[in-house]
Amino acid sequence: MPMDGSLKTIYRARLVSLSLPLVGFALGLLLWEVLVRASGQSAHVLPGPLQVVTSMGELIADGTIFKHAVASLFRVTAGFYLAILFGIPLGILLGRLKSAWHVLNPVIQFLRPISPLAWIPLAMLWFGIGDKPAIFLIFLSSFFPLVVSTTVAVGAINPVYFQVAANFNLTRLEVITKIVVPAIVPSVVTALRITVMIAWVVVVAAEMIAVQSGLGYLILDSRNALRLDYVMVGMIVIGMIGLILDWAMRRLGRIEFARWNAGQG
Amino acid sequence: MQFRLLRNGRMGKIEIQHLTKDFPNRRRNARPGDDSGLQFGDRIEVLRDIDLTFDRGEMICILGPSGCGKSTLLKIIAGFENPSTGRVLIDDKPVCGPSSNHIFVFQHSGLLPWMTVWQNVGMGLRHMPGNGQRQEKIQEYIDLVDLTGFENYFPYQLSGGMQRRAELARALAVNPDMLIMDEPFSGLDFLTHMKMREEVVNMHEFIGKTILLVTHNIDDALIMGDRVVLMSGRPSEVKLMRKLAFEHPRNYEEEPELNELREELYFMLGVSYAV
Repeated sequence: MPMDGSLKTIYRARLVSLSLPLVGFALGLLLWEVLVRASGQSAHVLPGPLQVVTSMGELIADGTIFKHAVASLFRVTAGFYLAILFGIPLGILLGRLKSAWHVLNPVIQFLRPISPLAWIPLAMLWFGIGDKPAIFLIFLSSFFPLVVSTTVAVGAINPVYFQVAANFNLTRLEVITKIVVPAIVPSVVTALRITVMIAWVVVVAAEMIAVQSGLGYLILDSRNALRLDYVMVGMIVIGMIGLILDWAMRRLGRIEFARWNAGQG
Repeated sequence: MQFRLLRNGRMGKIEIQHLTKDFPNRRRNARPGDDSGLQFGDRIEVLRDIDLTFDRGEMICILGPSGCGKSTLLKIIAGFENPSTGRVLIDDKPVCGPSSNHIFVFQHSGLLPWMTVWQNVGMGLRHMPGNGQRQEKIQEYIDLVDLTGFENYFPYQLSGGMQRRAELARALAVNPDMLIMDEPFSGLDFLTHMKMREEVVNMHEFIGKTILLVTHNIDDALIMGDRVVLMSGRPSEVKLMRKLAFEHPRNYEEEPELNELREELYFMLGVSYAV
């Protein structure tokens, strides 16, 4: 029966696409183990995969890892949402108002290449210690990329759509809600996907200063205690959460509202 | 298509008076092969002293070589662009900006790709009182262009011909006095082109709205138009304007006069051997 045959083909393809990434991870673990054995270093300097898994079990059992992961995720979420709240409206404004763009764009382009980490001293001075300076740094890391990509997305809207809007007497507000916002959704979702990764990278660095929690703090604290296995646990959890964030943002790109350009590739 | 709902008073008389359009040349260096001798800052004339009057309810087909400013003329009439001098009057009122009294049908789709057919057609009916009445009206116009069943499709899920029909439904739904169509059949396959042409002719005979249509297809103009206007190359002037008082459906064999005009038009556009 041809139906069964084609179903089998589909399932086989799916099995392959699911198992190949696991092969990649397995190869990485193998390489890690081989390196540990070949280097002859002690477990304190270069812990092997097995030891790191055991240590991860410890940190999971006593809940430490969850506490730190939640703390990091909270800061990323707060900073990221603030960046969305301010960055996207500003991007729309700059994209629609030529004069605002001419005034503000040079300043934004000037501030953009300054690493958020360069702001650490100022952030600590302004916001003291605790969550606030870390959130501020996350905000900075996401804000400028979001402004710039929103502005570009607004500028790339086909002018025909604005003529259609004028033809059907849309008000200024309707032009924003019915034309501009839906038109930029696909590019903004892509920008969010890239930006959340930047934010996630920056949070670890931000947590190495002025806070007592978070995955960055875990790594720094474990290094001070010479527990490199815990350092590696921290790195692995960061990687895993990063994968999940990226997956979640890709799901966001698949909702119908963001898919109107599907036909245009 | 069935047009039982669309009868209203015939409106949409157009007067174009001494219209010119030019803009400064922003190129510092001439394009390769451009021997016009234009300097930076020179005025480029697109339209020169256009004077035309069209009656209410006419189907006017504007022909011309590509790049001659036909589309610019349409955009000025639609209110998207301002003329340099002169003015356009529609029903004795000067055009000052776009309005839902004259709907522009764009060359490539002007449908909003993030809206379904239903939402696109409903765009001009946003302010209709009574939700039930509004829904009924949207459905009527979707049925009118034979897109029943495709209400929840997005434009990219429709064929080229269906997209044009959806845009037509959106335009007609606001009951404009006038339709302005910029090469409405470009990019359609041959059969869809022929069918759309027939449908637009039927629609026009029935609803009697003024339709202003730009095309580069001489046959389209002669088969459809109540009036054909030929524009020259840049700077564009009116080279010929002719009323076509022939019955629809038209046929070159039965109307030798039409055929003569066809050959004349081909000749004026620089083609010496029309098939």
